[in-house]
Amino acid sequence: MTNSFADFMKAKMIMMVGTNMSEAHPVAATFVKDAVLAGAKLIIVDPRRTEMVDFAELHVQLKVGSDVALINGIMNVLINENLYDKEYVDTCTVGFEELKAKAMEYPPERAAEISGVPADMIRDLARRLASTKPAMLMYTLGITEHICAVNNVMSCANLQMLLGNVGFECGGVNPLRGQNNVQGACDMGALPNVFPGYQRVDNADARAKFAKAWNVESLPDKPGMMMPTMLENLPTGKVKALYVFGENLANTEPDIRHVEHCLESAEFMVCQDIFPTETTRFADVILPAAAWSENDGTFSSSERRVNRVRTASLAPGQAKPNWWIFKEIAKRMGHDWASNSAQEIWDNEVSVLAPSMAGIKYRRLENDGIQWPAPTEDHDGTPTLHKDGKFTCGLGVLKAIDWIPPAEVPDQEYPMVLSTGRRLYHYHTRTQTGRCEGINVLLSEETADISAADARKKGIADGEMIKVKSRRGEVKVRARVTREVPEGLVWMAFHFREGNANWLTNPAYDPITQTAEYKACAVRIDKI
Amino acid sequence: MADLSYVIYDFQGGEIMNETFVLDGKETPFRPGQTILEAAKNGGVVIPSLCYLKGSTPTGACRICCVEVKGARSLMAACSTPVTPGMEVMTDSELVHKARKMNVEFLLASGRHNCLTCEANGNCRLQDLAYFYKITELKFPEKPDEDIYPTEDINPLIVRDFSRCILCGRCVQACNEVVVNRAISQGYRGVTSKIVTGGDLPYHESECVFCGQCVEVCPTGALTEKKAQGLGRHWETEKIRTTCPYCGVGCQQWLHVKDGKIVKVTAVEDAQPNQGRLCVKGRFAYEFIYSEDRLKTPLIREKNGFREASWDEALDLVASKFKEIIQKDGPDAIAGVSCARSINEDSYQMQKLFRAVIGTNNIDHCART
Ligand code: SF4
Ligand code: SF4
Ligand code: SF4
Ligand code: FES
Repeated sequence: MTNSFADFMKAKMIMMVGTNMSEAHPVAATFVKDAVLAGAKLIIVDPRRTEMVDFAELHVQLKVGSDVALINGIMNVLINENLYDKEYVDTCTVGFEELKAKAMEYPPERAAEISGVPADMIRDLARRLASTKPAMLMYTLGITEHICAVNNVMSCANLQMLLGNVGFECGGVNPLRGQNNVQGACDMGALPNVFPGYQRVDNADARAKFAKAWNVESLPDKPGMMMPTMLENLPTGKVKALYVFGENLANTEPDIRHVEHCLESAEFMVCQDIFPTETTRFADVILPAAAWSENDGTFSSSERRVNRVRTASLAPGQAKPNWWIFKEIAKRMGHDWASNSAQEIWDNEVSVLAPSMAGIKYRRLENDGIQWPAPTEDHDGTPTLHKDGKFTCGLGVLKAIDWIPPAEVPDQEYPMVLSTGRRLYHYHTRTQTGRCEGINVLLSEETADISAADARKKGIADGEMIKVKSRRGEVKVRARVTREVPEGLVWMAFHFREGNANWLTNPAYDPITQTAEYKACAVRIDKI
Repeated sequence: MADLSYVIYDFQGGEIMNETFVLDGKETPFRPGQTILEAAKNGGVVIPSLCYLKGSTPTGACRICCVEVKGARSLMAACSTPVTPGMEVMTDSELVHKARKMNVEFLLASGRHNCLTCEANGNCRLQDLAYFYKITELKFPEKPDEDIYPTEDINPLIVRDFSRCILCGRCVQACNEVVVNRAISQGYRGVTSKIVTGGDLPYHESECVFCGQCVEVCPTGALTEKKAQGLGRHWETEKIRTTCPYCGVGCQQWLHVKDGKIVKVTAVEDAQPNQGRLCVKGRFAYEFIYSEDRLKTPLIREKNGFREASWDEALDLVASKFKEIIQKDGPDAIAGVSCARSINEDSYQMQKLFRAVIGTNNIDHCART
């Protein structure tokens, strides 16, 4: 996030796009609700009538995957009615003329046709957004789990820059991160193209710096494979060995059948986890790891805040901290690493090598943690990025972006759209929440959420077992008839192995980030 | 002109406090808009309270915070009375203590406050006040059994013991004004008063989303965590601060630990980012770590399933297999997926293993999902 959670409560105008915040980030949602009680205006852009709609003054119920068209339509109005922040655009950004030309191709009527949002509502929405400054934009996976993930994200950024909202408290572009430490895993360089602190592997200076620190002669300069490519390359034999640390790929990735085929083809697979999972079934070696409260360490949250994690109890049996396991493998491959605790790793390596975290040391993390960038030890951290519209890399770039439809759209055979997400009571594949007393009572099985209209059409009663089928598979699952979903949409989660939406989802990916299109594929539903 | 010796910088509000009032005979600075309860803290005086909940509208329900204000006809509730310049407030007078003590005596008689059997023993504001006022016996007739609502313990996570509810309304404030889940309210009237969900249903059949904020703020043992029952008294547990393992908000938690085992989880008050709040996962989904299903020893695949192995054997196998593949097919034939739930230091080590030891950039994690 460019901004902080502390801003949520103080915001005057909030636009939430593709985020089911009260279920996926419940505490963040409480701050938005507080803001509304204090008089803030809330606009929700979502195909579903999520719980937060109760607090909104406007629910823009767009069609799944039409975000770019809608935002282009909004920008069309902002530009034509001269409602955008001209001064900000002139002084802080480049690319306005291209953006304008593109936005002109999306008059509200055209945007309406694609998104299903009435043209007048698009105009109204644009005017409302321009009426209060700054406005805060938040999004989650509704924006990113599409084949046009990058385009969607850039559209959000376009809109906020056009409105002059980036670089101010209670403004900005704010993706809420799903896992506690996705932010951290990225920051640490668990990505194929960057070292810790986002230093590129194809930069010779960066390589030289890390090679020296890690005591090796050279480091690979070619960006590596992203996860979907790794999986694809297992059956082809290009990838022989796969090392899976803590991820339950066999349940979380789209098209389970195909994923399992890939995992099966691995010549050698190592799994490092705290539980046996659907994925560890494919392993050749399973390494038992210490869990969350059995470790000292740090997590980095969505607001770039580095927080401490502390040990409360010992790991069971012979389970060991993950960092120790990696160190031991390195040793057996001829590399002796000096750091011998999470604190030593952070203080002596991470914060020395990543300039944006140079000022963060364990002894400074006793209380509320620090938000990077914190380049020096007397720096208090950065709650708001791009302060006053001064972008880290010069000027903010406005990009002309075209709308493209999802990879798979409904047809005669599969007439409905399946979209997926998370529910309040469980977390991902339930390896953890499923083992906590009480939680399973609150949510004990998967459902397929459908509208009353579709239920009536098919003669399906609430709570009846139905069949949901896509080109990739089918599941039997209980129907939940709800006003949350519009006609034509089926909505499911992936918390349970049975009825897991990923038997159905489409492994189509954004070409740049390889994010899978979990939010849209074509399905049919039938009575059993 | 205001006496500058009283001009102090208040970090919370970031404003200069240059007005004063008289607190127990001492001139004390305050910020316009502060209540007596808040302003008393500027002078180092903590006025006891039960129903007052920071960040929500004061209800003035319990009258424990009563103070004497010169010129006023009756005692005033400090939590809901704003300070005015020159106001003379007495927090420590005989009249004040008499009134407070009587209030506590009323509350003690309003239910069944037998601390011995109460989960909140040692962590109860009513108990603290009864102790402070040296109350050793009930002064007022106890509420009859038939007027006490039966305890709700059929919902999976929260015990609602109405015999210990003093109707302070903090839970209602928290649910409606802090987390805004709007699941509970003050119901019925007079002696039949009760904190109710819509339709007076048990929590799990209501709008309640089990965030547990009501439990967090309840000053007595009326609302407690079901899973914590009998696992440890408040004074037997150690509090360890940590970060929630679930979503990317990064809520700050207190783990209440006894003998190396988490008894319950509460929120760190005033901490960023969560400011004393948690959700159902952060508060109630912690005991997976003690599950019998945990992987406890390295395992190596055999023809029919897995067999247990020592660390040395398992790690040697991994290292030698990797070396063999690197030699035969090159380092790019190995790929790794790191964990977006584990600590930073683990991800750092894994990418270092892949880049510096194996020699490939084939390292990713599931940020894409
Ligand atoms: S349940 Fe607790 S917080 Fe709620 S009114 Fe009763 S005593 Fe107060
Ligand atoms: S658990 Fe949360 S939602 Fe339920 S009554 Fe308590 S505060 Fe309200
Ligand atoms: S308590 Fe809930 S909202 Fe907070 S970090 Fe944990 S899962 Fe997220
Ligand atoms: S704390 Fe002031 S009336 Fe209860």
